[in-house]
Amino acid sequence: MDRTITYADALLEATDLEMTRDPAVFVFGIGVPDFKGLYGTTRGLLQKYGPDRVFDTPLSEDGLTGMAIGAALAGMRPIHVHIRMDFVILALNQIVNVAAKSRYMYGGTVKVPLVIRMIIGRSWGQGAQHSQAIHSFFMHCPGLKVVAPSTPHDAKGCLIESIRDDNPVMFVEHRLLHYQKGPVPDGVYTVPFGKARVLTQGTDITVVGISYMAVECLRAQRSLQEVGIGAEVIDPISLSPLDMDTIAESVKKTGRMLVVDTAWTACGASAEIAARVVERLGGSHKLQVQRMGYAPVNCPTTKNLENLFYPNGQTIASTAYSMVHDNKKTWSPTYVEAPEIVQFKGPF
Amino acid sequence: MEKLEARFYRSLYRIRRVEEEVARVYPTDKIKSPVHLSIGQEAVSVGVCEALQKEDVVFGTYRGHAFYLAKGGDLRRMAAELYGKATGCTKGKGGSMHLVDVSVGVMGASAVVATTIPQAVGYAFAMKVRKENRVVVSFFGDGAIEEGAFHESANFAALRQIPVIFICENNLYAVHTPIRDRQPPVPIYRRLEGYGIPAERIENNNVDKLYERVKAAADEMRRTHSGPRFFECMTYRWKEHVGPNEDFQAGYRGRNEAEPWFENDPVRRMGEKLEAGVRKEIERKVDSEIREAFDFAEQSPFPSDEQLYTDLLAGA
Ligand SMILES: Cc1ncc(C[n+]2csc(CCOP(=O)(O)OP(=O)(O)O)c2C)c(N)n1
Repeated sequence: MDRTITYADALLEATDLEMTRDPAVFVFGIGVPDFKGLYGTTRGLLQKYGPDRVFDTPLSEDGLTGMAIGAALAGMRPIHVHIRMDFVILALNQIVNVAAKSRYMYGGTVKVPLVIRMIIGRSWGQGAQHSQAIHSFFMHCPGLKVVAPSTPHDAKGCLIESIRDDNPVMFVEHRLLHYQKGPVPDGVYTVPFGKARVLTQGTDITVVGISYMAVECLRAQRSLQEVGIGAEVIDPISLSPLDMDTIAESVKKTGRMLVVDTAWTACGASAEIAARVVERLGGSHKLQVQRMGYAPVNCPTTKNLENLFYPNGQTIASTAYSMVHDNKKTWSPTYVEAPEIVQFKGPF
Repeated sequence: MEKLEARFYRSLYRIRRVEEEVARVYPTDKIKSPVHLSIGQEAVSVGVCEALQKEDVVFGTYRGHAFYLAKGGDLRRMAAELYGKATGCTKGKGGSMHLVDVSVGVMGASAVVATTIPQAVGYAFAMKVRKENRVVVSFFGDGAIEEGAFHESANFAALRQIPVIFICENNLYAVHTPIRDRQPPVPIYRRLEGYGIPAERIENNNVDKLYERVKAAADEMRRTHSGPRFFECMTYRWKEHVGPNEDFQAGYRGRNEAEPWFENDPVRRMGEKLEAGVRKEIERKVDSEIREAFDFAEQSPFPSDEQLYTDLLAGA
């Protein structure tokens, strides 16, 4: 039976189910057991599973990541949670030099079943050091899996899949997705990696939305529909491995692809997806490819500039419209700020 | 010369009142950005910054209103920054967590714990190499002690005898986690012994003591270019970690724990040392300055759209 629950509750449910099933699973990170429970995603777990399996940590991201890798080498299944993705930058050495490489360097004699949950911190003037999305750093490295589900359904299934995976999985969550509600089945199920989800069908343009941008792309798709444009919106869900079959199949049909990322475009996930589409279809198909993402600057705190920094339903729709009209016509739906942004109030 | 107590009181009262004003405005959504208030912790910034000179510099954290103001940062530009206005100290690009005023030696803050500690050491290194008679202060919380960057910085500062004053504001919590759940039960200042860095603890929000000790350290550094010093300043955050409210009802700490800190309020106690007339006059001036600064913030324009792209790279 499907209920409608939030993305945050879906993550909590996934963690709870897996902790019940497998005593090797433990969850930790700054703020994990406190009364806010990382936006509710870890609430109540300490009471249920005790301090050996649910714990807070000192402010030591680098060391604690290494600790988790050690525990994983010993057969545990750690979930390390970071309230801001920006803090994971402190642990890049452990992730890139150790987690991603151990199995290979040990000639396949070990595994590192580690999940690193990382929250992208948009909204309310978070500023340059609290708004970054660095998933492409991890996509760059063989030996890591990277996922960024956008719906509560996929969040739950993907987290269970991540916990069961024998490899390090970088699990990307956007702050604004935590509020999103959607149908989520009871009980255990998994969403496999390397399989994109086609969210809407369309023949005029393929719009790929990463993480929270999938939500904004759906908004754009609805306004495009009103002006007679059918957009096929795809959520890759899994960025590494990446399901290029589904994306390329769609672009073959539409001839146009707009990739929208909740990150910078330079050397980013959008660059990667665009390059792979061109490698697959270039030459044999008429192709139009564009990328959207953060403005190529640091994120300002003031609201009016912050709004310009991020792509939104309006800018996505108008870009797609121009592409469909071979850049000869422009149009823009009226700007309607996303309700999750309007409703957001500090502090947090 | 104005009496020290009057100087201290003006600075303490000003920081307290500015932050109370921030807390009052916050629910109106005019400040659309996280604020980390120092209410209850003002004594540390005041005791330290009053002991410094204008050309000395400070580096700090996202809990930055107090040291920004104590070091001489411009209140109007701070208020405007919180409002996200073009007239703000970083033109709406930094917000409350990243207050800067290079002209008075406020070298900035980072939202990522412990990140500005090495910059303070590097800045002080440059001063040492150039034989400048300036001093650098690095402000950080007890949580920063847990980061590798702190230990790497302390080690290097000790190794090269770099004239930096480390100020650890120990408010006993990192967000909602008490220090006993994060660190072994050895006082922080004692752990600096291992690096050979002279360290001491200043109990109880004691402005006078902190002023005296930091002034002595800074004067000696100026004279002899001697190495790093460390002060663990015991203090207490009255409000929630981020935001304008109290959070004693949340359950991670009790109001009874806070009572002694309320009773020992350094702002009130310093005020009581002054003659009523002198105190009233300071308060009147500060209150009108605050009113004027928040009006300025209200009335200032937001940055224009092109401002999104300015200031990224030098020489552009
Ligand atoms: C590297 C890093 N990890 C985690 C955080 C999240 N965080 C923000 S403030 C804070 C607590 C810091 O406590 P402390 O250093 O004692 O300073 P206080 O807030 O008490 O002034 C934490 C964990 C962060 N900003 N940076």
